[in-house]
Amino acid sequence: MKEFSSSTEYKPVIGFEIHVQLATKSKMFSPAPNDPDEKEPNTNIDEIVTGQPGTLPVANKEAIRLSALVGLALNCTIDEFSKFDRKHYFYPDLPKGYQISQYDQPISRDGYLDININGKIKRIGITRAHLEEDAGKNVHPEGLPYSLVDYNRAGAPLLEIVTEPDIESAEEGRIFLQELRNIIRYLGASDADMEKGTMRCEPNISVRKPGEKGLPKYKVEVKNINSFKFAEAAINYEIERHIEMLQKGETPRQVTMGWNEKDSCTVEQRSKEDAQDYRYMPEPDLPILQFTKEYLDKLRAEMPELPAQKRRRFSEEYGLPASDVENLLNWKELAFYFESVISEMDEWMAQEKGLDRNHLVKQAVNWCLGDFSALLNQKLINPQDSQISPENFAELLKLIQQGKISGSAAKQVFKVMFEKGGDPSNIVDDLGLHQVSDESSISSAIDKIISDNPKAAADYKAGQQKSFGFLVGQAMKELKGKGNPQVINELLKKKLN
Amino acid sequence: MADLFEFIELTELRKLLDTKKVSSTELTKFFLQRIKDLDKDYNAYVTVTEQEALKDAKAADDYIASPGENPFLCGIPYASKDLFCTKGIRTTASSKILDNYLPPHDATVTKKLKEHKSVLLGKTNLDEFAHGSSTETSAYGPSKNPWDNSRIPGGSSGGSTAAVAAGLAPWATATETGGSIRQPASLCGLSGWKPTYGRVSRYGIIAMGSSLDSPGAVANSVEDLAHLAEIMSGQDVKDSTTGPVPVPAYSKQLSADMRGVKIGVPKEYFVEGMEDGVKQRVMEAIEEYRKMGARIQEVSLPNTKYGSLVYAIVCPSEVASNLMRYDGIRYGHSTKEGGSLLETYEKSRAEGFGDEAKRRILTGTYVLSAGYYDAYYKKAQKVRSLIINEFQEVFKRVDILACPSSPNVAIKLGGAKDNPLFGYIADQLNIPGSLAGLPALSIPCGFARPSDGDTPSMDGLPVGLQIIGPQWGEQQVFNAGYAYQQATDWHKKHPTV
Repeated sequence: MKEFSSSTEYKPVIGFEIHVQLATKSKMFSPAPNDPDEKEPNTNIDEIVTGQPGTLPVANKEAIRLSALVGLALNCTIDEFSKFDRKHYFYPDLPKGYQISQYDQPISRDGYLDININGKIKRIGITRAHLEEDAGKNVHPEGLPYSLVDYNRAGAPLLEIVTEPDIESAEEGRIFLQELRNIIRYLGASDADMEKGTMRCEPNISVRKPGEKGLPKYKVEVKNINSFKFAEAAINYEIERHIEMLQKGETPRQVTMGWNEKDSCTVEQRSKEDAQDYRYMPEPDLPILQFTKEYLDKLRAEMPELPAQKRRRFSEEYGLPASDVENLLNWKELAFYFESVISEMDEWMAQEKGLDRNHLVKQAVNWCLGDFSALLNQKLINPQDSQISPENFAELLKLIQQGKISGSAAKQVFKVMFEKGGDPSNIVDDLGLHQVSDESSISSAIDKIISDNPKAAADYKAGQQKSFGFLVGQAMKELKGKGNPQVINELLKKKLN
Repeated sequence: MADLFEFIELTELRKLLDTKKVSSTELTKFFLQRIKDLDKDYNAYVTVTEQEALKDAKAADDYIASPGENPFLCGIPYASKDLFCTKGIRTTASSKILDNYLPPHDATVTKKLKEHKSVLLGKTNLDEFAHGSSTETSAYGPSKNPWDNSRIPGGSSGGSTAAVAAGLAPWATATETGGSIRQPASLCGLSGWKPTYGRVSRYGIIAMGSSLDSPGAVANSVEDLAHLAEIMSGQDVKDSTTGPVPVPAYSKQLSADMRGVKIGVPKEYFVEGMEDGVKQRVMEAIEEYRKMGARIQEVSLPNTKYGSLVYAIVCPSEVASNLMRYDGIRYGHSTKEGGSLLETYEKSRAEGFGDEAKRRILTGTYVLSAGYYDAYYKKAQKVRSLIINEFQEVFKRVDILACPSSPNVAIKLGGAKDNPLFGYIADQLNIPGSLAGLPALSIPCGFARPSDGDTPSMDGLPVGLQIIGPQWGEQQVFNAGYAYQQATDWHKKHPTV
């Protein structure tokens, strides 16, 4: 491999085609269920999905609404009129012999998405976003002389988002995909899960030679990518491959590659040179879509807070570090839960004096991203499905700050709350985990151990620091482990000095 | 009992059933017996549903026996063009490719007729996938004209018109794409209704040209058609091209008063090559209207000549697209020869489709190909708009248009082959109205001798008068037809079978 420094003049040019399976109850053009989790083949089907003679499509209003919402969130123009078209080709997973898609009048066009690359904002152009129906899936049973077709996915509503070739590295690509996924999730348009296939991305990659202007004359599409990690790896693999070829004076062929997860490389799937003629025609079974100003205004009014807004607010309102903000944003449910905890905490603040809000917020983030995330991930559930209510969560943080329980006791209590739910102060009572913080109890315990251990006290006074530790340990023992270590430290020092 | 019911109008049958002068079972057996005895001469039926019919008739009799009003069609037998899907009952489109197809669904019209407790006698023959105007492209042989069974019944709904004209059903469903109801109704001496596009749901009717297909009916009188229109019409949630236009009580609002009604006679509809007898009968019918007080005026529709050309592009494009689904994978004919996927497609379609279907697939595929779309399909759609506008203009000046339904009486079987433009000359009279989605009737207006040799039929062969109305103007059209049938008795003439 050539030295990387020599290849820095080669500039990657990357654009994406992204398919998002919209979270509607029914399919794009039929009442059959749209359930990406269905495992039993050919159950989410009906006469429309299977393309029986005489059946007609009826466009799913919710899919249209979600598509327009995504279009608005991506700063797209939504024209007053949009239409469906038929895209013709033969394949067993395509029941009608044509896919209903959108050719020259997509729902959304000419938008952009700003992404944050290490603190710098970069604008990625969105060429278009159009609605179409998904195909089924061909299954090839091993060792058998036939194939089977599962039409569960056929007719599922897909939003295809096409970007401009504005992306210049694999990292930018991953950040763009993550931001896009978050937007789609925040809009409730889809669970946009790459592993489940409810979000699929196909990067188109080429590399500009040093000094080359305009777009390179070729591009390579990569399919079969089912995680952000693989997207990044596949793009890097292709960039290296292209640079190596270009350096040898060759031009990569215009092909479709597939990502091979096992060997971490791309493999050629088919040549793009024998491009098909899809014979697009306007879909005569569906009327033209009209987006009125009133409809779009209503959608704008319904628009929830998007990740970029949340990012700004989390950083300004709570002063959270960027990495914490990103971690919260990437788990939409946790970000919402975190804010519920904060608002419960503010209730406590109004009732009880002497609480430090900044510290509490910091604690809330730490617990959310730490112990709570770990427990949720173990159970594969979302925060809202756990036993801990935001109210109890906030109360626990308050108890810690007030010194009523120790940090290690809090972890114990949190586990119980997670398993069984309940009020943390009750759990503290039940388990006898109260921390002793009142000075008189601690003071009398210290007096007792100083008089029981005169040698250690004298050693400390003579300058032996480790005797101090011994005395703290004795005091904690005297207090049955529930003494507030901070108070013990302070009083012991006072008494010995 | 013979000769009692075969040509009786539905309004009469309703009275006989309501007054228990006849039962649905008796009526059904009567028609089933006639089919057994006579259909070998006419080949009107592809499938006779004897068992189901007797069961449905029994159910209708039980319903009639119970108290309360009976739906208009309750207990009345009918025949269905074999393009309407009938759940669990073989539906072929007269094509080998659907030879043994059992639909899992009912067409919306089929369902409505079921809900009325109609009794389905069987499925009638048509040109394969409705591609033709003679039934000669049927995979099950041509139907024959009951007035002279050496002649065509017209098409594509020729099985339906042959069945009703021969008294093998009191009425039948039919469909139009470009004349397929009006022309065979004319040739068989029946009343036929071609609805406004979007008036009757297309759901479950095997598609030919989706932007043109209009399901309608053939019967023995316009009054019957008005009743049927009330039942068959209406917006359907399963067909997005049906309009949100209320369905008037056509039959109750029938009026024979033609005084002051403005009738336009389009000069372009009296085409070169039209038979003299046809022209004379139609002019006599128009004269009849003048006597009734209507105001007759000549109008001009200069874009008429482009109608067939536009149709020759739009229709095959939609046909080629709609026939993509017949690929031998999920249902219908699949080649026994095996081979690769491509070979399976090629052989299944080569074996399953007839010549006319193949011709239209080739034409449609060609005009939709990349580079040709703008020159053909897009241009044709623009001309189509001109034709629509032209009709809208003329309907500002007149209430209805009157003209022939067909330029000729029934021609000899096989006669169309010698004259490949036979279809296209006739199309001049029907196609422009189809492209504009207008409602129309064909009603019998006398007899004429054929120009291609004589006929044993004493009076000659039936001539049809066409009445065309503006969009949604069914009532005007029915009124004109009704008025004519109040003044004349051509619709009461029946062939000797």
